Amino acid sequence: MGLFRRYGEKEKYKEIIRNVILAAVLICLAVITLFPIYYMIISSFGAPTEAGGASYSLIPKSFSLDSYKFFFDYSEYSLRWILNSMLVAGVVTLCNVIFASLAGYAFAKLRFPGCKFFFFLLLVAMMIPYQVTQVPLYILVVNVLKLQDTYVALIAPTLVTCYNVFLAKQFFTSLPTSVIESAKIEGCSQPLIVWKIVMPLSKTILAVMAITTFLGEWNTFFWPFLVCNSEKMQTIQVGLKNFSFANTTYFAPMMAGATISALPMFILFFSLQRYFLEGVTVGAVKG
Amino acid sequence: MAAFFYKDRGNNIMDNTRKKKMKKETFWAYAFILIPLCTFMVFTIYPVVSSIITSFQDYKPLGSEWVGFANYISTFKSSLFYKALKNTAVYTVITVPIAILMSFIVSVMILPFRKGIQSFFKGAFYLPAIASGVAMSFVWKWIYDPLPSGLLNSVVRFFGIENQNWLGSSKTAMASLIIMAVFAGLGQNIIIYIAALLGIDPTYYEAADIDGSTFLQKVRYVVWPLVKPTTIFLAITSVINGFQSFQTAYLMTGGGPDNATTMAGLLIFNRAFKYFEYGEACAQALLLAVIIAIFAVFQFKLSANDVEY
Repeated sequence: MGLFRRYGEKEKYKEIIRNVILAAVLICLAVITLFPIYYMIISSFGAPTEAGGASYSLIPKSFSLDSYKFFFDYSEYSLRWILNSMLVAGVVTLCNVIFASLAGYAFAKLRFPGCKFFFFLLLVAMMIPYQVTQVPLYILVVNVLKLQDTYVALIAPTLVTCYNVFLAKQFFTSLPTSVIESAKIEGCSQPLIVWKIVMPLSKTILAVMAITTFLGEWNTFFWPFLVCNSEKMQTIQVGLKNFSFANTTYFAPMMAGATISALPMFILFFSLQRYFLEGVTVGAVKG
Repeated sequence: MAAFFYKDRGNNIMDNTRKKKMKKETFWAYAFILIPLCTFMVFTIYPVVSSIITSFQDYKPLGSEWVGFANYISTFKSSLFYKALKNTAVYTVITVPIAILMSFIVSVMILPFRKGIQSFFKGAFYLPAIASGVAMSFVWKWIYDPLPSGLLNSVVRFFGIENQNWLGSSKTAMASLIIMAVFAGLGQNIIIYIAALLGIDPTYYEAADIDGSTFLQKVRYVVWPLVKPTTIFLAITSVINGFQSFQTAYLMTGGGPDNATTMAGLLIFNRAFKYFEYGEACAQALLLAVIIAIFAVFQFKLSANDVEY
């Protein structure tokens, strides 16, 4: 690592001392950033009766799962919120991966009239802040199409996002055209080319896309909050907010809910960390 | 003659099959982009057009009234609009440089370690970003508890600072949101910076060593200019995100106290879904979009001039 070691320097002990100091500072910072998560998890094991003057102990005094039980008993739909989230995020992710890779392939490797124009349209659509579309979208979905409290309303607007099509197009452009050409000569049809050649060659980028989409959809709050009125159809994020406003003093159950909403993502993160981190840098760093 | 005839026919067949193939390709291309295109048309392009139309109307479910520029005029007349813009600007202008500088320093610090330790720190800093914003804002709300027993209050008392009403006082509310935003966004920037830092050719460092530069000089004159494209990318995306921020303010303070934390995103949300003035909300949203666009172009031009290698 040329940035830190000088050319030809041989004093090993200096390097060790430096690394220890750096590690100490980094660990301190990491403790600060991780603290809210730690606090959320340990507080969720507190008893739900500790209302009002919640205890701010940093080390859990008692370990009980009562708060989790309280959370699931609080509303008859508590469990359903999680299932709703899973369903919506799952369907959105699946649709995004399929449709975005098909469209990305068309933009990257096929010539057709209007190709440039449609891609330009896509880029423009990507730049528009969501505030501009939120009101008409709400009017369209709720007032015109009367889709309030349906899965269609939750899923349809993000069925395929511009960003994912763009991402797929950028990656597919780098695939060798010769492979696709030879498949064509062998008589392979276009859908089969995507299924048998393009998709297997881009497993990583598709996994990254799936994970970022799922994460985004799981954590999204704004749109489900707008279109879900009945508790039955709410996603976990919206349900969570419900919960806090109704019962601000029940600290531990609130944290239990927060932990439940975050836990699936943490499990995913620890098992697929590589893809998560790749998802952050994709499109950001060139070369 | 016969040979010529056959050649010609052969050419014709080739042309026909090529045409057929092209047609087939075109058909499949349209088939592939059909669903995304429909989605954009219905859920992006139509709302944008509708937003522009609605901004000139007084929206009513049964037939809206055309009111010309009235929505824009009342927006420009309302002092809350300017306050929200100022809040948004303050929030963004403070959060973005701090977050970028901090993540740059941390990334440089992570760099000398082995790959395994690097990914441990990357994971540790990134974890808050994958927890849901709703859950995190609950936790931060309790960290900022105004009672003396509150967590942050206990910490600052240790340093001899008196009890603060963090989110409830107009002096500290914005600062509290900024601290939270800086820590929440750190992980993402760090990961992007590390990727950029690892891409730097080590020969640059060797050349700097031969010239006898110190560590800090290397950071300043080698690393910083080389990761400039990354910095620009982070700056532009963070500014755009900052201008659009809604969720934190909505969940943490609701815009209060005394609108000290009402930012553009929240202002538009309240106009639309609290007061149901869709027309004015659309006008404000379009103004915000224009401001973001101007800012992005300006920032891009400015930083493009600055790159000097």
